[in-house]
Amino acid sequence: MWGYVGRRLLQLIPVFFGATFLIYFMVFSLPGDPIAALFGERPPPEAVIQTIREQYHLNDPFIVQYFYYVGGILTGDLGTTYSGRPVSDLLVQAFPITFRLAMLALAFEAIAGILLGLIAGLRKGKFFDGSALVVSLLLISVPTFVLGFILQYVFAIQLGWFRTTVSAGAPLGDLVLPALVLASVSFAYIVRLTRASVSDNLGADFVRTATAKGLSRRRVVSVHILRNSLIPVVTFLGVDVGALMVGAIVTEGIFNINGVGGTVYQAVTRGEGPTVVSFVAVMVIIYMLANLLVDLLYAALDPRIRLAK
Amino acid sequence: MTKEQIMSIPTVADETSAPLLEIRDLQVGFKTQRGFVPAVKGVNITLGAGQTLAIVGESGSGKSTTAQAIINLLPGAGKVTGGQILFEGRDLTKISASEMEQVRGGQIGYVPQDPMSNLNPVWNIGFQVEEAIRANSNLTGKAARARTVEVLQEAGLADAADRLKQYPHQFSGGMRQRVLIGIGLSARPKLLIADEPTSALDVTVQRTILDHLATLTRDYGTSVLFITHDLGLAVERAEQLVVMYKGQVVEAGNAREILANPLHPYTQRLVAAAPSLASRRIQSARRPETTDHMAISDIGASDDTLIARADKREAGVHPDLITVDHLSKIYNIRQRGFGKTELRAVDDVSFSIAKGTTTALVGESGSGKSTVAKLVLQLETISSGSITFDGADVAALKGADLLAFRRRVQPVFQDPYGSLDPVYSVGNTIAEPLMAHKIGDKKSRQARVRELLDQVALPASTINRYPNELSGGQRQRIAVARALALKPDVIVLDEAVSALDVLVQGQILTLLTDLQAELGLTYLFITHDLAVVRLVADNVCVMQKGRIVETAPTDDVFDNPQDQYTQRLLEAIPGAHFAFAR
Amino acid sequence: MPSNNLSTPGHFVADLSDTPIAAIDTIDESEKARSSWSDAWDSMRVRPMFWIATALILVILLVSLFPGLFSHTAPNSGCLLPNGNGGPEAGHPFGFTRQGCDIYSRVIFGTQASVTVGLLATLLVTLFGAIVGALAGYYGGAFDALVSRFGDIFFAIPTILGAIVLMSVLPDRTSITVALVLAIFAWPQIARIMRGAVIAARSSDYVMASTALGVSKLQILVRHVVPNAIAPVIVVATTSLGTFIVAEATLSFLGIGLPPSVMSWGNDISQARTSIQTAPMVLFYPAAALSITVLSFLMLGDVVRDALDPQARARR
Repeated sequence: MWGYVGRRLLQLIPVFFGATFLIYFMVFSLPGDPIAALFGERPPPEAVIQTIREQYHLNDPFIVQYFYYVGGILTGDLGTTYSGRPVSDLLVQAFPITFRLAMLALAFEAIAGILLGLIAGLRKGKFFDGSALVVSLLLISVPTFVLGFILQYVFAIQLGWFRTTVSAGAPLGDLVLPALVLASVSFAYIVRLTRASVSDNLGADFVRTATAKGLSRRRVVSVHILRNSLIPVVTFLGVDVGALMVGAIVTEGIFNINGVGGTVYQAVTRGEGPTVVSFVAVMVIIYMLANLLVDLLYAALDPRIRLAK
Repeated sequence: MTKEQIMSIPTVADETSAPLLEIRDLQVGFKTQRGFVPAVKGVNITLGAGQTLAIVGESGSGKSTTAQAIINLLPGAGKVTGGQILFEGRDLTKISASEMEQVRGGQIGYVPQDPMSNLNPVWNIGFQVEEAIRANSNLTGKAARARTVEVLQEAGLADAADRLKQYPHQFSGGMRQRVLIGIGLSARPKLLIADEPTSALDVTVQRTILDHLATLTRDYGTSVLFITHDLGLAVERAEQLVVMYKGQVVEAGNAREILANPLHPYTQRLVAAAPSLASRRIQSARRPETTDHMAISDIGASDDTLIARADKREAGVHPDLITVDHLSKIYNIRQRGFGKTELRAVDDVSFSIAKGTTTALVGESGSGKSTVAKLVLQLETISSGSITFDGADVAALKGADLLAFRRRVQPVFQDPYGSLDPVYSVGNTIAEPLMAHKIGDKKSRQARVRELLDQVALPASTINRYPNELSGGQRQRIAVARALALKPDVIVLDEAVSALDVLVQGQILTLLTDLQAELGLTYLFITHDLAVVRLVADNVCVMQKGRIVETAPTDDVFDNPQDQYTQRLLEAIPGAHFAFAR
Repeated sequence: MPSNNLSTPGHFVADLSDTPIAAIDTIDESEKARSSWSDAWDSMRVRPMFWIATALILVILLVSLFPGLFSHTAPNSGCLLPNGNGGPEAGHPFGFTRQGCDIYSRVIFGTQASVTVGLLATLLVTLFGAIVGALAGYYGGAFDALVSRFGDIFFAIPTILGAIVLMSVLPDRTSITVALVLAIFAWPQIARIMRGAVIAARSSDYVMASTALGVSKLQILVRHVVPNAIAPVIVVATTSLGTFIVAEATLSFLGIGLPPSVMSWGNDISQARTSIQTAPMVLFYPAAALSITVLSFLMLGDVVRDALDPQARARR
């Protein structure tokens, strides 16, 4: 197990440097003046430009700039926003909100998704299964921002069940509707994945043997079918963290939540390049760490991985 | 039909003991895309308490379906559509799901076929055994744990207590099968259904496990229902025999009696094809095309050929075509961390094959026999030693020379499902070697493909078909036709008939023998099945753990084995000494 | 019932007329030959979902190629502010946007942008990913290691996050650049799938057989390995066409996709949100068009997957 953890950590190192380099390269090494590119049509005052040139060491060779940049990330200096505020400050404030939103979404999609997927998989070909498939396809094809607007319109504006926007502190109650929006696409994927995996395992030899032992149906389903079907679902959660991040940008934008996503949304729509880049870099790092976590969870679930040499 | 009439149906049970299990006119079918397909059509089986009965049949005969129907383990699409399954007088087809849960495990145990896929990979062994014990007894906690160890020890896992926390992938196939037997017998059921319990295992392991199973069931007084394709195993392990064919019972009764004196034409056919130690080399009905200097008279051809062959061997008339000299193959296996260990897959192996003869390489899994095949085919590089083919060092061949070598030495692999590209039509598959060696044009290749199909006794219309439409035997014929396309001198047959049903296997072996006589082919025949060796080989090399332990002419190996391991292998063949009807 | 010729008591032999025996291992010559591709086709064509998806996709492609055939109103001509957020009327079945433009014609003319981005990105990702993945999986070694590590780096950046960064610094934003940017971050997925499938096919017995027959390594790759490994790539490509269209719309929604001057559903949805409270229909129509397009490709992907998956059935 620990060998596996160590190996995963080691593998993460080149990916970390590679991904941060890639982001840095895209922003600062493409042809043209990075400052102009970052700020688009609205060039900032000369003083700001000077600060940024200094901050990113733009007068040094590219590779040196990059190492300053990575050094900053590793020491917690994530740069400053357009208005000159340290990104790390903003992050400390915004992260808990997004974390709460993401956890709520994750809980919803995992619990409801696995449950519906399980039922659909056990009743493959029946009416429930067919409807689950159709609904999941529909959910995947409606983009998050469209669903966000629709739910906001129906539940908040028309029915008045929820507030249109989330209040400053982002209390859990206010986050329910955004969390549902955020979870929708992943929920659909989890239903489909669980369903496929359950119906595969349903025909597995070891399930037949478990039945032959005299176990109750309930136990066969929970201990053997469901347990084994969770493995691909957990692997999917790793990829899903990335989808949740993009979804958070859109959802927090629509519901006006001051989380990480909302901040990126504001920065993107206002054309504040440096803020976008700093935050996206942080998100990518979180994504990598989340995937590491998922890998460990995967190993915990599957002894063949955990105990492999 | 009145009750009296049902009762009067004759059964094969021993009249004195009340039947434990009585299957009456069982009908089972499967829902498929093409409608409802019957798989079991009116089967009657009776099994008394403490008796052992074997159902034999080829794949698709309905034998496993019958067994699974007893405790309702049929896959989703399967359904019992008629008949009764009386277990201690109670009809199991009528009981509720929860009553069936009581019967399963507790009353009727089940040992499945494939030890690799029948244990859940994510739970440890202890958990999976204990689960069965808890489900069928009142034991909990420490008592259940203690019983788990006991069950595993009884099944032949001496160090069970230390291995409870291990997972299936840490166990060998034989060990897993012991675990499954332990689970099947854990509640001391009255009946054990063993569905091909050892088919996936080596013969020596099979023997130990079956011996052990026999001891346990005798001690507990358990009735056993064996499902097997192996007539030798049936006659050795069961008193009663039921022969199934296409969902029907064709013959039933005392096992020894049936196999010594089969009455139904199908049983006769099956018994005749069953390879055993008493078998003799298959003789070709065809005459050699070549004007061999030894003319063979039409009358008594077989005996003459046999003698002629022996003469030829002894006189060394034909030179060795392939010489393998001190051959070794070492694999470096990466260990935990950065260390490496050496695996000597092939260890100092030497043998030679005379032109026009068959040499069999026999061994169990891990003996290195298939690696030798790959080395001879130059699919792997040699670590040390040499292989000489027709005077040339095979390892040194490159470019055009290697291509020329490949043209003369062709393979047929084990898995007829895997060795043909599923997206390639039969015509393209057989023509592929011709194209690779740039022989002929499109038209002449087509003609050659038809000729080859004819040679392997397949209709010309097969040319447009795809592998997934063909049976295992037919696919293997295609593989043989492909190997013959370039008119090779040598064919390396790597477990070429192992995956086939016995009748089909017999057909392919006869085909191979005929082709050898007709085309003067030299065979290197790799197999784990000694009984088959007797049917085709002139010489035998027995391999164990990468080494050859015995090399001798076939009859010598069988009649007078010198090495201990060879003796053990021969002893382990099920029903080795039973005289099947010929 | 049985028991016609019992030779000894307890020895049952079935009547031969009840249990006729067939010749061993014969071929049914009456059945027509079926390749695995024709099998897949047979399983697809009986599914209504396949025909619905295909019909929708054909219509969508037609609309994107010849929008003029479907709308007589030019999308930007005759935008009259007084019509702003107006309801449907004769010749304007969907009503008007806030700027008073005809929604129907905007939906029709917006099709092209979405479809172009989706098709182009899919094409780039599939070609590049499949080729790189196939070569890496087939030849292995240092090239494989290099490609895999390189892919890991791109894989570590979620596609849209990467696109957000790159799009916010790109000076010119067109359908082509959007597709290119999406493809840059999405190729490792296809490459990984292809690599895995190629490795599986490479170690199959039929490849070993072909090697032993003297077929060259490159020929084996082209003639055996790729045809057997391509199925999962086709499935993912079909589905990802839909997801690329969503990605483009999301970027446009954020204001960093296609510029407002290009007519696209994403832009229209983005602009419609200002009037969602008063005229939700302005948002509804482009959103519906977008969703139906994505749904069509997802449905097709589903049917194709179901049809190609039984390739595993080859082993039966």
